Amino acid sequence: MKENYTGTPANRVDGRAKVTGEAKYAAEFEVPGLLYGVVVNSAIAKGKIKHMDTSAALQLPGVHQVFTHENRPGYSWFDKHHQDEDAPPGSPFRPLGSNEIKFSMQPIALVVADTYELARYAALLVHVEYEAQPHETDLEANLPRAYKPKKYKSPPPSDPRGDAAGAFDKAEVKLEQAYAHPAHHHNPMEMHASIAIWKEGGKLTVYDKIQGVQNSQQYISNAFGIPKENVQVISPFVGGAFGSGLRPQYQLFLAVLAALELKRAVKVVLTRQQMFSFGHRPHTVQRLAIGASPDGKLQSITHNAIAETSRFEDYNEDVVIWPGVLYDCDNVEVSHQLVDLDVYTPLDMRAPGGTTGTFALECAIDEMAFQIGMDPLEFRLKNYTEKDLNEDKPHSSKELKECYRQGAEKFGWANRKMEPRSMKEGHQLIGWGVAHGAWEAQQQEASAKAVLSPNGKLTVSSATADIGTGTYTVMTQIAAEVMGLPLEDVTFELGDSTMPKSPLEGGSWTVSSVGSAVKLVCEKLQEQLLKMAQKMKNSPFSEAKLADVSFANKQMFLTHAPATSISLQAILDQNEGKPLEAEASQKPDSKQKKYSSYSHSATFVEVQVDEELGTVKVTRIVTAVAAGRIINPKTGRSQILGGSVWGIGVALEEHTVLDHNLGRFMTHDLDKYHLPVSADVHETDVIFVEEKDEIVNPLGAKGLGEIGIVSVAPAICNAVFHATGKRIRELPITLDKLL
Amino acid sequence: MRPFTFTQAQDVDTAVQEVSLEGAKFVAGGTNLLDLMKIDVMSPSHLVDITQIALETIEETEAGGIRLGALAKNADTAYHELVETRYPLLSHAILAGATAQLRNMATDGGNLLQRTRCYYFYDTQTPCNKREPGSGCSAIQGYNRDLAILGTSEHCIATHPSDMCVALAALEATVHVTGKNGERAIPFADFHRLPGDTPHLDSNLQPDEIITSIELPAKGFAKHYTYLKLRDRASYAFALVSVAAALELEGDTIKEARIVLGGVAHKPWRVPEAEALLQGQKATRDNFRKVAEAYLQGAQGFGHNDFKIELAKRAIVRALEQATNR
Repeated sequence: MKENYTGTPANRVDGRAKVTGEAKYAAEFEVPGLLYGVVVNSAIAKGKIKHMDTSAALQLPGVHQVFTHENRPGYSWFDKHHQDEDAPPGSPFRPLGSNEIKFSMQPIALVVADTYELARYAALLVHVEYEAQPHETDLEANLPRAYKPKKYKSPPPSDPRGDAAGAFDKAEVKLEQAYAHPAHHHNPMEMHASIAIWKEGGKLTVYDKIQGVQNSQQYISNAFGIPKENVQVISPFVGGAFGSGLRPQYQLFLAVLAALELKRAVKVVLTRQQMFSFGHRPHTVQRLAIGASPDGKLQSITHNAIAETSRFEDYNEDVVIWPGVLYDCDNVEVSHQLVDLDVYTPLDMRAPGGTTGTFALECAIDEMAFQIGMDPLEFRLKNYTEKDLNEDKPHSSKELKECYRQGAEKFGWANRKMEPRSMKEGHQLIGWGVAHGAWEAQQQEASAKAVLSPNGKLTVSSATADIGTGTYTVMTQIAAEVMGLPLEDVTFELGDSTMPKSPLEGGSWTVSSVGSAVKLVCEKLQEQLLKMAQKMKNSPFSEAKLADVSFANKQMFLTHAPATSISLQAILDQNEGKPLEAEASQKPDSKQKKYSSYSHSATFVEVQVDEELGTVKVTRIVTAVAAGRIINPKTGRSQILGGSVWGIGVALEEHTVLDHNLGRFMTHDLDKYHLPVSADVHETDVIFVEEKDEIVNPLGAKGLGEIGIVSVAPAICNAVFHATGKRIRELPITLDKLL
Repeated sequence: MRPFTFTQAQDVDTAVQEVSLEGAKFVAGGTNLLDLMKIDVMSPSHLVDITQIALETIEETEAGGIRLGALAKNADTAYHELVETRYPLLSHAILAGATAQLRNMATDGGNLLQRTRCYYFYDTQTPCNKREPGSGCSAIQGYNRDLAILGTSEHCIATHPSDMCVALAALEATVHVTGKNGERAIPFADFHRLPGDTPHLDSNLQPDEIITSIELPAKGFAKHYTYLKLRDRASYAFALVSVAAALELEGDTIKEARIVLGGVAHKPWRVPEAEALLQGQKATRDNFRKVAEAYLQGAQGFGHNDFKIELAKRAIVRALEQATNR
């Protein structure tokens, strides 16, 4: 009996805690004597603070302090002391660092008071005089200033292969187009929040919304010069993050600064509006030039991206790696340039670069297929690559063709007519579109600890995070499976910086990295159990090696003779009431280096577009995913569904609008920044295609956090073209663009 | 949020007395006011809670119409049998707005007094003549996708956000109010204002006045009507353009037409002279397009919202088609 083990759908182990409110998020911890901090943000995008008058705020009884650049305590000034694990190259922003304003909504003061309401009121009384300077926030107006960064955050764009320009010139069929992806903000449900608690001896306990507690711990230690062991960061639950919690945000810095100075506990929670005052998916313009033969063979791909960044850090992401990952083409040239503007540094957001780059590439491929007169799926099959051509390596596994096959069958793609505007019901034009995508399956080094208590209950821990993805559940499944224990006898703990080291929860690598460490640490416990069993009198296991035994139903038994078994409890009873403990670190195996590993998806979409009014309704989405072994098909399906919904937002709704007169994002709440609502979401199917992979990591699982989003938006764009004959190359496709 | 005092009024007279104090405002459902107070766009020093006053009844009038108590909830109104059967246009318009949760809280009187959703009105660190008279309008030269194309002024291009009001204008409702000087009735067309050089005033309700009820005449256009709302997502978004259309037909000849646009002006936009073009005419697409052109005469876009002019025309045609065929 292997109930609740990997590969089987399992309910979230933390589901009850979440729906009953028992699960505590960063802002919800009750701390005696807590003070509340409210942030004041800059009204201008560039310039200097001439004068700040905090006297009216300070006069209110119950206001403890207003921290500004003038009175803030000292902290380290070295760049490296502010560079967290996810920092791009450059000089990180330091809150209250000086009187200089570098972006609109920059935090310029923290008001600390006895209550939140009082702090919020006092914040209104802080009077600021600015000396404004001309700002530049318009990417498209500043394209001539684009530069190649000295250092790239993600791997630099690949060297050219073949002669893209020459092949393009010679190609019989050519396409050259520009595509624009606007700025997006992450907008997790939970706003960023931190509670910093000062303790005697200068120790700090911090509750933080973060995708990696050890990143916050190191950052606080570096910036404020506190020994790491004196800083404990706790974050058991995260209400969504999508990358916004990869870097410690300014509310953490300000809460710690105030707590240290006031020697108190201070909580700082950002408002929804303030969630638009830091990192975002960057506005990016892309140019694609594609050459092909009349029979549909790709001959040349040039993919250039120019994206915004801040004046102080060079953020970039994997926008232009996709031609080499997805298409067989001998002549490829890509580039990624930046334009520095008076905005905050962009920040990784779900499938950073993948969402942006796949949109442009997959729309351009669709355009090319149409130009040639080929079915867009057939065109992709004709130019299918078995290898990762960026790295010239084979894939550890790649079942993308099977994604096409199963997705197309479920969708009914074979019935598609080539011509745009060929399907109609009443006023509704109907269109079908397809796109595919990939996301890297990486493994990072991670550690875990396992404790098997004298009564047979297992606790496994690692300092990772669960941002709603299901980490608690899948780690519990993995540990339960290895140890042969029922799910309810296993507890997985995370989100405490004192736990064994874990990478940030991002990049779709948590199952791969932390999961592999959990498997390994449980195998170490298995070894201990076997050794102890062997020491027992007349042990039938005395000759057995670990490879000879199995664990199931709370028993250890000889795999070839299951009747020879012993209960784990009987072994544990030999340990004089002490628990068994093990710790382990799992690194990627060196054989992985010979291969590329990506998860893949193919998305098929049906849209209805009103021929007169331009409204778009996504009536059907089928996404087929190949991502190795699916540890939990239920939480995995949720991941892909979430990606589909987000894809609707990317294609049709999301856009943080910058007013260039003010240099300020103006759609800064959930009324004005549109995310899809339930009424926008219709039939949505997820198919997991079987994919065996013995190389990617010991679990054979590739991760699902990002693959669900990348191919959805371009498939919608392509379906809109098929419905209307109009090609919209600037997201989002709002109704005005289709009138 | 700034400190304020709070009182509950038990009757209309007390409410009027209380609201006459300097800086006082009524609060009922609070679905808009509280948001605006939290972000310091509105900062009343005294709040008068009127939810204890018995003004939530929906009943028939002697004139054969119905009276909506000012404190009837939007949801209760939309699902009220009299409204659903005799004024389905109103019911549909209400349900096209906000969310179920908001409609459960929001009152009918409060719906009339919603503030604009202009981006700049909501951000106290930007100039806005509606929020701070004389500070300038950021929207005219700035981002104005959602904003007005009709009846604008050089001081303000805000829109009135309500869906319900668009239907009330089409149904020729009357707003009953009580102030220090007693009661008066305001025809719906005169209730809201255009921005002119006083964009900070949304309506002609005086500071000491309370809305007590909204009265609908007997004629409900329950046979041929439609509320068409075009927006950037399928729910929980304000109208880019909406149309309340109501027709009285004899065969395919139009006896009377009512057309009101939402999302395009500082008030629900009705052009009686243009409506009259349909009187005695056949219900055809050509005739509808003629009316649409007449409705948008003088419309002016500000860049991002230029598309609304053509969209509104197409929406009028579609709404009239739908109303005809219903």
